[in-house]
Amino acid sequence: MSKSTIQNPQSRIHLKGGRVIDPQNHRDEVLDILIEEGRITGIGAKMDNARAEVIDIKGQYVFPGLVDMHVHLREPGREDEETIASGSRAAAAGGFTAIACMPNTQPVIDSQGLVQFIKSRQIPECRVYPVGAVTKGSLGEELAEIGDMYQSGIVGISDDGKPVTNSNLMRRALDYCRMFDIPVISHCEDKFLSADGAMNEGALATKLGLRGIPNAAEAAMAARDVMLADLTGGRVHIAHVSCAETVDIIRRAKRAGIKVTAETCPQYFILSQEAVIGYDSMMRVNPPLRSKADVMTIIDALKDGTIDCIATDHAPHSSEEKEVEFDQAPCGMLGLETSLGLCWTHLVERNILTVSQLVEKMAVNPARILKIQNSIEPEAQANLTIFDPLSEWEVDPSKFRSKSRNTPFKGCKIKGKAVMTIVDGHLIKI
Amino acid sequence: MKWNKKDLLDLESLSAEEMNMILDTAKSFREVLNRPIKKVPILRGKTIVNMFFEPSTRTSASFDMAAKRLMADTVNISPKTSAVQKGETLLDTARNLEAMKIDLVVMRHSSSGAPHFLASRIKAGVINAGDGQHAHPTQGLLDMFTIKEKRGGFEGLKVLIVGDVTHSRVARSNINGLLKLGAQVSVCGPSTLIPIGIEQLGVKVYYNLDEAIPQADVINVLRLQLERQKKGLLPSLREYSLHFCLDKERMAKAKGDVTIMHPGPMNRGIEIDPDVADGERSVILDQVTNGVAVRMAVLYLLSGGDAPLAEAIKKEA
Ligand SMILES: [Zn+2]
Ligand SMILES: [Zn+2]
Repeated sequence: MSKSTIQNPQSRIHLKGGRVIDPQNHRDEVLDILIEEGRITGIGAKMDNARAEVIDIKGQYVFPGLVDMHVHLREPGREDEETIASGSRAAAAGGFTAIACMPNTQPVIDSQGLVQFIKSRQIPECRVYPVGAVTKGSLGEELAEIGDMYQSGIVGISDDGKPVTNSNLMRRALDYCRMFDIPVISHCEDKFLSADGAMNEGALATKLGLRGIPNAAEAAMAARDVMLADLTGGRVHIAHVSCAETVDIIRRAKRAGIKVTAETCPQYFILSQEAVIGYDSMMRVNPPLRSKADVMTIIDALKDGTIDCIATDHAPHSSEEKEVEFDQAPCGMLGLETSLGLCWTHLVERNILTVSQLVEKMAVNPARILKIQNSIEPEAQANLTIFDPLSEWEVDPSKFRSKSRNTPFKGCKIKGKAVMTIVDGHLIKI
Repeated sequence: MKWNKKDLLDLESLSAEEMNMILDTAKSFREVLNRPIKKVPILRGKTIVNMFFEPSTRTSASFDMAAKRLMADTVNISPKTSAVQKGETLLDTARNLEAMKIDLVVMRHSSSGAPHFLASRIKAGVINAGDGQHAHPTQGLLDMFTIKEKRGGFEGLKVLIVGDVTHSRVARSNINGLLKLGAQVSVCGPSTLIPIGIEQLGVKVYYNLDEAIPQADVINVLRLQLERQKKGLLPSLREYSLHFCLDKERMAKAKGDVTIMHPGPMNRGIEIDPDVADGERSVILDQVTNGVAVRMAVLYLLSGGDAPLAEAIKKEA
């Protein structure tokens, strides 16, 4: 990927002949879009505006701007791994126009001042929406000043990286958040069950001699959280769903009318535990890569809508820290720059999801859950992703804009690539 | 057949033919150990690094002795191992070893897969001397050598492994190797110490030792790590020994010619009764002797084995 360039939002842009996919308005047709002063001013067949810069995007798709609702930017604290700027550039390169960043930085984002710090570090390439901590320092002891952080712009709360172990505190968090109508994003993990596990529990872990993490470590916590959402009427969003049991719990909770939403990540429907054979620490993630049967269930849950979103859980780690013994490596992999291409290749090309469904998972639903404005209609802020479905490329981490290199997809052949994004009217060529 | 593997990481990656080759080679070296001068100049000029990230007296002494019997130069390193202490990483270690132009590394490490990590980054051969709870291939081979010596072969032989199978790399290497050579393997222990999915490796599971014993031709008793009780895996050591200690009464249920093995060091009275450990069916000390011969064979084969074995062992130091 080459360097992106940004154009002045004051300019007028005429996107000509792209196939516009807008599931919210049930739209899938070839249209022109006119953008003036950062806003969409016209959508229609064969529009004209003599003063606009015409960009011919025939054969390409126009999506509402993609939103990754689960990324780790490492600033403040580990700017060697990622910064708000480098993460935003990585997001732009991957076709995202908005990202929500998790608060488990050093220090943890648990107060208004720190939320403002994140916002102050934004760059024009991508909108960054902070998620605040549930508890002070994410220590799981006292609620953080959620209302105060909400006024500064948080779009949800989470102690991601850890579960909120204390059930009563989780209940209070869900209850309190009703006032702001923001979700509690839950990292579901029963730490007693996951213990010091390094991969999915089962025969393969037994064979490899790695300690296992059972599906129940995730599902037990998800079951608790939907019960608490039911009890309080709060909104719970289950992060990085990895296994069949959790899918089942979410499916039943949705049927019962409980306010639950969920995301999964490309690794949980593309890779399975077999990727751990050989002990490549790039494959160490939390929750762990699961069995092939779990992978099939995640795919079904994407199809039937039980899982609302595809996020990445973009987790940058330095090579020094990642290139160690498997069970000593930190968990997590990069996601921003590969997600869209991987999803296209594995879900759309294989007829698992339609283009519209993919756009729902990657743009519409995450924006709805976080209440981020993101639609293709007149007068709306122009946030769009232009996607070339025919572009073929190979994952080369040395070209990443992220500061880290920890991807397990190095060398993978991918079909489909974002070629430009428009962020609040800024045209970003990728 | 010629040996063509750079490393010995586990028994899973060896063919039956390769395992038999190691066992046959070990047999020649076992004879050398009976000579008045127990040295042959086969690995003269080769450098072997013993790197034990986890303490082990027996295995490191056995490897060191095997190397000295073959007249290799040995360097013993025991890096500090605490996971908290961030000193030199395994990657740094690999780079340094590579720069030192050594021939073989013998490595023990508390992380499963650590020898695989090292082997993929250096040109020298890597011998896994125990990694996490994954594999201990030379222990597996010395157990197989001992079984072959006592029982003649493996076809149809019934081997029972007793104790903490979950945390045992010895058990995994025994299972891998024995199944491949035609033995039947069962495991027996408390259900909290039998790993999930072990049946899928092709072994039968017992939770009752009295039921398991009568069928067995060989009983391999594993060492119980005493801290398992604290981790909530066992109610008490007393209860463990009531149910799983191989004692005299249980031995009465065994076949008359049963072979008793233990990888050592033993907790006498907990997993095995002293009378049984020292009894006439026990081959525990033969295992120790055979360990040296098997490790000589592995060092010889992995370092190129350029001198034909029969001639090489004729020469004396
Ligand atoms: Zn998480
Ligand atoms: Zn996360």
